[in-house]
Amino acid sequence: MSSFTLLVTSAPFSQQNAYSAYRFALAAVQSKHTVNGIFFYQSGTLNGSSLQITPSDEFDLYAAWQTLSKEFQVPLMVCVSAASKRGITTADDARDSDNPHFSLASPFESVGLGELAVLINNSDRLIQF
Amino acid sequence: MAMSNFAQDVSVFFIEDGVLQLLLSQDPAAIDAKAYHKTFKALEFYDIENIYVCRQSLEQRGIKSTQLCIEVTLIEHDDLSSLLASQQHVMSF
Repeated sequence: MSSFTLLVTSAPFSQQNAYSAYRFALAAVQSKHTVNGIFFYQSGTLNGSSLQITPSDEFDLYAAWQTLSKEFQVPLMVCVSAASKRGITTADDARDSDNPHFSLASPFESVGLGELAVLINNSDRLIQF
Repeated sequence: MAMSNFAQDVSVFFIEDGVLQLLLSQDPAAIDAKAYHKTFKALEFYDIENIYVCRQSLEQRGIKSTQLCIEVTLIEHDDLSSLLASQQHVMSF
């Protein structure tokens, strides 16, 4: 059995990458491999926006990430600096910058790049999408 | 730099248009951009010494290695895959 870190640097829907990352993560945990964490960086941080409203006849990737995280205890980590400048902010950060809105919520976590280093260090493989 | 802080042995590769980031003579303020090429100098303080630049990528863009803002190791395009293969993990930006 192998352990993986997934690095998602692509926005949802712009390309297939984020969806592929989700399918890979699901396949890995269903096959009894371990996904130590999914790290969202650059435009990939947009996957963490809780303000997404998916048309009812389309695949809801945001809901799928949440279900994956809850069912298989997969941490969803979002780089705080990459996210903040794209409008992906936690309630705490929004309050600190006097912004009335926030868009990042559990199970997505706001973390620093150091968490990516730890994930990679603890995994057999790093896969970027 | 975050990786290096966690005691990882880091190599950085500049290929294709990526080499343009290393130009010493640039004026990012003219287009309201940050002069982040100045931060490349900090790499040596993070013990990141393997900074590889593709020689052909420089040539194709008419850039000489003396025009770069930091000291780098020039590599041949043909050596890129073997160098990348020697890394445990690869991230591409």
